[in-house]
Amino acid sequence: MPIANHHSSVPVIVDEDKCIADKGCTVCIDVCPLDVLWINEETGKAHMKYDECWYCMPCEADCPTDAVTVNIPYLLR
Amino acid sequence: MKINDIPVIDTDVLVIGGGTAGPMAAVTAKEQDPSLRVILLEKANVKRSGAISMGMDGLNNAVVPGHATPEQYVKEITIANDGIVHQPALMAYATRSFPMIEKLDSWGVHFQKDETGDYDMKKVHHLGTYVLPMPEGHNVKKILYRRLRRNRVEIENRFTATRLLKDPDGNIAGMIGVNTRTAEPIIIRAKAVIMATGAAGRIGLPTSGYLFGTYENPANNGDGHAMAYHAGADLANLECFQINPLLKDYNGPACAYVTGPLGGFTANAYGERFIECDYWSGQMMLEFFKELESGTGPVFLKLDHLAEETIQEIETVLHTNERPTRGRFHEGREVNYRERMVEMHISEIGFCSGHSASGVWTDETGATTVPGLFCAGDMASVAHNYMLGAFVYGQICGESAVEFAKSRTEPQLDESFITKELERIQAPMKRADGIPPEQMEYKVRRLVNDYLQPPKVTKKMEIGLERILAVREDVPQLCARDPHELLRAMEVQSIIDCAEMAARASLYRTESRWGLYHYRVDYPDQDDSEWFYHSRLFKNENGEMAHGKRPVADYLVPLGEEKDAYQKMRVKKAANA
Repeated sequence: MPIANHHSSVPVIVDEDKCIADKGCTVCIDVCPLDVLWINEETGKAHMKYDECWYCMPCEADCPTDAVTVNIPYLLR
Repeated sequence: MKINDIPVIDTDVLVIGGGTAGPMAAVTAKEQDPSLRVILLEKANVKRSGAISMGMDGLNNAVVPGHATPEQYVKEITIANDGIVHQPALMAYATRSFPMIEKLDSWGVHFQKDETGDYDMKKVHHLGTYVLPMPEGHNVKKILYRRLRRNRVEIENRFTATRLLKDPDGNIAGMIGVNTRTAEPIIIRAKAVIMATGAAGRIGLPTSGYLFGTYENPANNGDGHAMAYHAGADLANLECFQINPLLKDYNGPACAYVTGPLGGFTANAYGERFIECDYWSGQMMLEFFKELESGTGPVFLKLDHLAEETIQEIETVLHTNERPTRGRFHEGREVNYRERMVEMHISEIGFCSGHSASGVWTDETGATTVPGLFCAGDMASVAHNYMLGAFVYGQICGESAVEFAKSRTEPQLDESFITKELERIQAPMKRADGIPPEQMEYKVRRLVNDYLQPPKVTKKMEIGLERILAVREDVPQLCARDPHELLRAMEVQSIIDCAEMAARASLYRTESRWGLYHYRVDYPDQDDSEWFYHSRLFKNENGEMAHGKRPVADYLVPLGEEKDAYQKMRVKKAANA
């Protein structure tokens, strides 16, 4: 069966100017209990790759440069 | 030793799950004997995994001398759980509860104390006083992590266990699993295994429709329940679902434990109190459900009558602990506790002994029915265990597992079983097209909501079971594009197992019990003559799901005249009201 890609608006936003993932930081990626934050290979910065968020906040709370914001997923807003 | 070119890792004690109970179990095992090798395996990262990743705002069931006795506690939980409890296991918790609080206190966990330095206990339960607030409880995980490092527990993050291994004599022998980022398999041979994989909290669908907006941390999808089942362990009382009162659309608890002692309460649309007690029990949830569906519904959390400083105190606790995005959720809808009541609803179903009583059968030593396999926390069957129970049973399991491991030589592994399991793990990534795990997961969880969410009706549950089994038929079509999707593909197989267990367990018990948790409309009465038993669910010798009854152990504490207290949950109205 063929598979389609569908778009979805994700709750976690990373401010690329503040994010230092390209300098080796992986704090938000490490602490995510659902493993949905990954390095964006184009920018070297962290981003939310999968829309599977518990909006639990360790990524935001533990980010050393305050680059991460956790929003409420659109379906719940 | 290598199996299929995979090096086998040897350990004395393996702990699966690094949330609350798991780290305590691992630390305890090392404290018992620092020379033993102890591995803690975690699907996410131990630093922030599990139900308390952002901390916890209180102990819900603390037995503190001067405020309550273990006997009073055992009695209250027995009554709250309609008599079906293993009192020796409750008693083991109750007697160890206070030493555990003192241990955590000495580790730096902050509990609320009054001006005399005594623990500041609050009454939320129907009968006794067991709630201990911890407004600064956001750093529990950091403290646990420090202890793991100090005790030299070896941590394997981002590995999910998929099956337990047994030796030819039926004793536990270890586990097999897979890395969630590389899809690289892992085989661990262990003399004793402690499972602490949390609730099965991803079987039902939240009303928001967002798959990961579950009450429980969605990483707690029931892997442990499924693995224990496949290893031949008994599961108990699975029909006693977990259903919790939550804010509507937001998966944070309504937090009667936080707001209740400060004057907040659960109200109907007219701002009237309708339940006597906000402690989570099946009877309370049944009254909640009735009000929700009634002409005076829905149900609300009422705080708008409280003083400004009280509301600020509540906001500080609720918006910094456990589910801290709650404040953002309210902000987005312009909901202010000062101005109006907050709409509430009920959660999706789950298996969670933390709040109810279902799980892998566990006795007072943490032992399951598989020799060498121990269970702690939300997945073990000890009723109403909450966070402190996870710590206490983590400790008990740590002690029991060390004792078991020391009496054992290296277990023998079943290579053909491992080869078959490796094939099951690798299958979804070998398929270029098929059904993505997300779609299969949505489908089975939607069926759970449609057919298994109480009130339970026999014919509906039979249809539900048939439909769930039809989804199971599709498993060979599961496909995964990357290791992350493989993780989800393995998880959905556990979810299907749990959904089937939820249906079959619910059909087996032909009575109603535990209020809403097992409210069967066509068997509306509690039937103690036939059903004063723990229900068993296990895999029989033909590999089928089978049932049985386990007698309730003799009570250590008689119930006396308070035995029906939790049946009287609704606020009485005057005859002329």
